[in-house]
Amino acid sequence: MGQLVSIHERVSENLNRALHSAIGADKQLYLLGEDVCDPYGGAFKVTRGLSSSYPERVLSTPLSEASITGVAGGIALSGGKAIVEMMFADFAALAFDSILNFASKSVAMYGVRLPMHMVLRAPSGGGRGYGPTHSQSLHKHFIGIPHLSLFELSPLHDNHDVLEKMLTRGEPCIFFEDKTLYTRRMYRDGQIDDIFGFDYIDEEQNFARISIDGYQKSDVVLIAAGGMVERCLQAARDLFIEHEISCQIIVASRIFPIDPDPLVPILSTAGLVCVVEESTAGGTWGSEVAHALYERMWDELPGRIELVHSKNSIIPTAAHLEKDVVVQTADIYRSVRSALHA
Amino acid sequence: MTLSRLVDDDLELLLLIRHFESALLELFGEGKLHGTTHTCLGQEYIPVALEPFFGRGDFVFSNHRGHGHYLSRFRDPESLLAEIMGREGAVCSGVGGSQHIRREGYLSTGVQGESLPVAAGVALTMKSAGEGALAAVYIGDGTWGEGTVYETLNMARLWCLPLVVVVENNHIAQSTATEKQMAGSIAGRASAFDIAHHLVRGNDINQIREQLDSVFAGVRNGAGPVVIEFDTNRIGPHSKGDDTRDATELARVREHDWYSAYERQHPAQFRAADERQRELIDTVVRSVESRPASRWDNS
Repeated sequence: MGQLVSIHERVSENLNRALHSAIGADKQLYLLGEDVCDPYGGAFKVTRGLSSSYPERVLSTPLSEASITGVAGGIALSGGKAIVEMMFADFAALAFDSILNFASKSVAMYGVRLPMHMVLRAPSGGGRGYGPTHSQSLHKHFIGIPHLSLFELSPLHDNHDVLEKMLTRGEPCIFFEDKTLYTRRMYRDGQIDDIFGFDYIDEEQNFARISIDGYQKSDVVLIAAGGMVERCLQAARDLFIEHEISCQIIVASRIFPIDPDPLVPILSTAGLVCVVEESTAGGTWGSEVAHALYERMWDELPGRIELVHSKNSIIPTAAHLEKDVVVQTADIYRSVRSALHA
Repeated sequence: MTLSRLVDDDLELLLLIRHFESALLELFGEGKLHGTTHTCLGQEYIPVALEPFFGRGDFVFSNHRGHGHYLSRFRDPESLLAEIMGREGAVCSGVGGSQHIRREGYLSTGVQGESLPVAAGVALTMKSAGEGALAAVYIGDGTWGEGTVYETLNMARLWCLPLVVVVENNHIAQSTATEKQMAGSIAGRASAFDIAHHLVRGNDINQIREQLDSVFAGVRNGAGPVVIEFDTNRIGPHSKGDDTRDATELARVREHDWYSAYERQHPAQFRAADERQRELIDTVVRSVESRPASRWDNS
């Protein structure tokens, strides 16, 4: 079951192509990061080829996360645009002041709106055995900062569009890129496999919806971002095949700020709403989504929104320990089953 | 100390800053200012000396102690006082206040060390434009505790950026003497990055300009970043009423004040200018005080 209908480009290739076109099209756009230049092309090879094509504007930097983010702020302040690659999202902790106190605040703190075109790319998440300081999902630490938008890499959202949105938004954006996605394939043309297809539920195509072909209504709606797509899909397959439970998966490209309006018609006919993310417990994106939905549609919701996330723990290195902490397909499956039976 | 005679314009600017800062401390004393402020009493001569080196295409980054930097660039005390008091005509609608100000080619922020890499980013785009513009960033001796200073010096030197780091070393960071919070020296730290360091002693504006003329020309011509360290004295408090230095130390720093020295050495020129600027600031204070509150379009 669940075979790909055709082989498409890898997610990292799609992102790489998007970066090539963006940098090629805009002479004011810079890309900075550690080891991003050729022949290395970045720790995850996402920037491969860029420095060879644009050596003046694609710069390998010293190990200085705080200051390269500051430099990006200076480029944005000059009216240019900048993309910064954090080698691992975890290192964005070193750049927190630059993001919180300079880049995002500058949009508003000088009394008039000052566009700050910059994107911080943040390879995120576990599943690769990199251990406690190279595996975190830092999303929650950046939620609720005025004038900072958060996006997540997704196999359902073409990165040309996503990059364009982030670079024209006029405020700094963090792009969380689940590392396990890089080698996955992009989905195209509304097709996932022999059970599922996808479409977009809003005009700006921020929310992709994966659903079982031919099913109008679903027992369960899972809300997630790109990094959880594979695990949600597998859980949805298993639930459908083993228990005839039908799931839709809503995949958000921009995860903050949250606009719940396009979700209302779908969620109001669901039997269960579940927000799934890799973040460890406590102050999560899911709780923010749930709050937004409670405010917007309390009376129309089928019941309490189920939150699925990793344990309240650091991310261990050994595979068996990591699996125990980080959300797996089985955790999603189990949460859905028990919520439906509650 | 001997101070050479200034052209009237420089003297008026020096006194404008002095009376502006003194007026702020008075307004605080009267309970008319909200929040906090940091005056540059004793250090006014630094931005006045540097002002002719900055052209229209340049970018000056200031810090928490930035009123003198702003007034030197724009000579516009009304917009600054209105900003500090949250009144109509405020340069940033009253949102930024004393230490977060932006105007063409000028920006200040309130976190130590934060503006250095930003200035480097601006300098990077200037280098790429190739029009000989430069970015200058004012920092203090205390700022050298921040890691971003070193990250930025490293990148600025590696990339040969047109960046001038102006250090106002007043030998005290808030309440902590510099020798208690800085190992080694600023010169030594600049040298570690192979960055030229120029030490400026004394507060004779004409001499300072003579000393720095070729330094600024070098930066514009692609010589790379420089550190200019002013050995200076803060004669006022860090903020307001928070000076813990003893009477001997305060007497010592006041001996270095250009204000009384210039008054002694050029009395006629001084008195006329001093009177003019004192009155001008009085007028500005009365005007700004009587204005309605500033409005902010936060949509």
